[in-house]
Amino acid sequence: MTTENTWQTICPTSDLIKNAGVCALLANQEQVALFQVGNDTVYAVANFDPFGKANVLYRGLIGETKGDVYVASPLLKQRFVLNTGACLDDDTFAIKTYQTRVTEGKLEIFG
Amino acid sequence: MNTQAQKIVVVGNGMVGHHFVDEMAKHAGYEITVLSAEDRLAYDRVHLSEYFSGKTADDLAMTTPAYYNEIGVNFFTNAKVTDIDKAAKIVTTETGDTFAYDKLIMATGSYPFVPPIPGKERDHCLVYRTIQDLEDIQASAKAGKVGVVVGGGLLGLEAANALKELGLQTHVVEFAPQLMGVQLDKDGGALLRSMIEDIGVQVHTQKATSEIVDGETCVHRMNFADGTHLETDVILFSAGIRPYDNLAREFDLAVGERGGIVVDNHCKTSDESIYAIGECALWNNFIFGLVAPGYTMAKVTADNIIGGEQQFTGADMSTKLKLMGMDVGSIGDAHARTQGCKSYVYSNQPDQIYKKIVVSANGKELIGAVLVGDTSEYDTLLQYALNGIELPENPDGLILPSSGEKPTLGVDALPDTATICSCLNVTKGDIIAAIDCGAVDVGEVKSSTKAGTGCGGCAALLKKVTDHELEKRGVEISTDLCEHFAYSRVELFHIVQAEQIKTFDLLIEKHGSGLGCEICKPAAASILASVWNDYVLKPDHVSLQDTNDTFLGNMQKDGTYSVVPRMPGGEVTPDKLIVIGEVAKEYNLYTKVTGGQRIDLFGARVDQLPAIWKRLIDAGMETGHAYGKSLRTVKSCVGSTWCRYGQQDSMAMAIFLEDRYKGLRSPHKIKFAVSGCTRECAEAQSKDIGIIATENGWNLYVSGNGGMKPRHGDLFATDLDDQTLVKYIDRYLMFYVRTADRLTRTSVWLENLEGGLAYMEKIVKDDHLGINAELEKQMQNVVDTYQCEWKTTIESTEQLKRFRQFVNSDTVDGNIEFVTERDQIRPAQGDEKKYGVQIQAIDLIPVPLSL
Repeated sequence: MTTENTWQTICPTSDLIKNAGVCALLANQEQVALFQVGNDTVYAVANFDPFGKANVLYRGLIGETKGDVYVASPLLKQRFVLNTGACLDDDTFAIKTYQTRVTEGKLEIFG
Repeated sequence: MNTQAQKIVVVGNGMVGHHFVDEMAKHAGYEITVLSAEDRLAYDRVHLSEYFSGKTADDLAMTTPAYYNEIGVNFFTNAKVTDIDKAAKIVTTETGDTFAYDKLIMATGSYPFVPPIPGKERDHCLVYRTIQDLEDIQASAKAGKVGVVVGGGLLGLEAANALKELGLQTHVVEFAPQLMGVQLDKDGGALLRSMIEDIGVQVHTQKATSEIVDGETCVHRMNFADGTHLETDVILFSAGIRPYDNLAREFDLAVGERGGIVVDNHCKTSDESIYAIGECALWNNFIFGLVAPGYTMAKVTADNIIGGEQQFTGADMSTKLKLMGMDVGSIGDAHARTQGCKSYVYSNQPDQIYKKIVVSANGKELIGAVLVGDTSEYDTLLQYALNGIELPENPDGLILPSSGEKPTLGVDALPDTATICSCLNVTKGDIIAAIDCGAVDVGEVKSSTKAGTGCGGCAALLKKVTDHELEKRGVEISTDLCEHFAYSRVELFHIVQAEQIKTFDLLIEKHGSGLGCEICKPAAASILASVWNDYVLKPDHVSLQDTNDTFLGNMQKDGTYSVVPRMPGGEVTPDKLIVIGEVAKEYNLYTKVTGGQRIDLFGARVDQLPAIWKRLIDAGMETGHAYGKSLRTVKSCVGSTWCRYGQQDSMAMAIFLEDRYKGLRSPHKIKFAVSGCTRECAEAQSKDIGIIATENGWNLYVSGNGGMKPRHGDLFATDLDDQTLVKYIDRYLMFYVRTADRLTRTSVWLENLEGGLAYMEKIVKDDHLGINAELEKQMQNVVDTYQCEWKTTIESTEQLKRFRQFVNSDTVDGNIEFVTERDQIRPAQGDEKKYGVQIQAIDLIPVPLSL
């Protein structure tokens, strides 16, 4: 059985941490890592690290290489591009990405 | 075909005998047996004097039974050979054991020559050659006040240093008119004499001892031929060496007129199946009393046995060493005896420096040199001499102090045959070959060629040659930190300091590009912390930290953290121990004692950390920085407080040091240890900073390491008082913090540092760079601004908000599951998980959103 994706309200944007991550729990129990990069952009990707097999990606460092913004896993440092989910260190791996938007100061995720 | 292994029997297990075994064991098909008359296997005689400055027999050991077992070498100690049956090819030992050989290697070494002086057999008349000798010297020194060394050569001065270190009033008695007559000319010898006398060793030249009799104020009285005399308690004879060739004499191998087993260019003796190597061998009527030629002989012999064509064609006897803290170097024809040669001399009495070079009659080649007081040009001069490189127009420029750029010899000018490491006989060509086979840095060149692993004197040259060759191949030796900063860590450190930069944003805006990455952010965070020592989780800094620093704990494989309260010196009260136990029980944490003498609690979820730390801090504990690139622990023994062997209060010193340097952010983690006596229970010599108590204070060891690549710490200073010890550590550590690359431990940093240990000694002890006051001030600032990061964190509601798994829920991460093992938790793995591993689809490519 699959559930319909909807826009889910997560938190006030003031709960985000600039250039670092927090984690949200969706209605279907999926964990989403949220990264506010600079003042204007929020990326949302799966929080599960497919290499380390743990829910930790929101605690990774944000980096940038040749314009791609990524998170480096805090466990073994594999890098995942935040707007595509692609892994820069092993192209057989990728992580899920989510759409985000802000409504009345609240962050919403489509998931 | 005969497939039976050839039997190789090696008589003697000194440095050269051992080197032969190492060389021979590289080849399959040989059964190697070592027979050693001593009761221990090979040890380092070159660094024998370090036995008195804290090194143990184990430290000096060059091999172990385990190692010989591992490489399949049979060995017997206390196995003195008494018979050689050349026809049957069998040797017999004192105990009657027999060993058949196909090839016999004589590596019996030499013994100290004791002049035939009446009275030389008296008690406390000793020699300086083996560890046993050192033990005897130590025992004799305890009972006496005055010590005399007979012999003012290289070994004699080493021995004099040993007596001085043992606290004796020390004299050197030399028959010749000058010291080190083999290596130095008259003026060089005279300067060395005055330098040695300056540090309190009395030198008597042109003295022939006629007899040793009972003394009036001391044990002995030495009467000299000129009618004078000297009273002393201990006498060490160091008047040259004589080859151990008695077996050769007894069993009819050719020996030289003045001793030594005669060998040819293949190191073969007069018997086809017997070789002789090292100080027992006489080649071209010459005995080589240095280790490097012996190593070459060992290599040549092994090569000949496997059918190779290598030959021993003599050896360069040039030498550079430190005697009682004084630099001395000698190259080639130091005495300018070559027909028609000319000399250039530079002499600077106030600074106690003497340098001479000897050039060929046509002025084109360097054929000799003497350096006293400053040997910094030794490497360059040696390369000129060994390779016949044409001298510049004004050769004196090579030894004159110059205000501008010193004329150094480019490594490009060296031919491929140039020896870079003379201990292991590695040429520039060998280094090039290693690079061609894929070595990409000095470390890899070292491990594949073994260059620089002997005395280490060639380290700087080795690095230059390696870097130069890599650059020639287009390998860019980039020191850029990452793609965002075209600076090395050292340069960024200077920028942060000089421009008073306090945030990463400003640093990257002014000096970098892009957004930064997981390399430059933590590196910058560490630099900012070292310089300004702000709270690491300030909003400006929090996004720069690795996860360990972000949540002030060590992340484990399942995303939980470990909790380590500081326990300075490993000391803990029962009350605190009980609180730790209560916390561990309440939060069901896996509990383990660490190697750093404290307690690690594993399995804390991120949301549990603040409450756990509040309990610990309320009980008087503080963060242990187990997560940081910073000071970890100062390991210690109980020292003189409890231990009956203790020399100093190592506990108090360990606690003082841990409290002083806690919180210091550095390029990598730093570990200390303090031992209360030379038994070294705290294992200080394997730590970044190791301190061992002596009768008179503290010996300081630096840049040791356990872990991935063990490194024995270098003895940096001896018998320091408390204040000097702390000053030295302040300076050493802060210089490391300033200049090391990211994630470089002090061990690797020191090995790659140009000038190495000697350079650090100059900086720390002599204030060579004039920055010691600044280094101390900077360290004091870190000490003064210390805060417990966990205390600051739990007092801030803003900070506490970050310590939760979900920004929109108070539930916990269900993927963290434990099972029980040995009555404690451990992370559940694979099928043990009830919740299971999340598998997620990966097909969406959404767009980020503008706020």
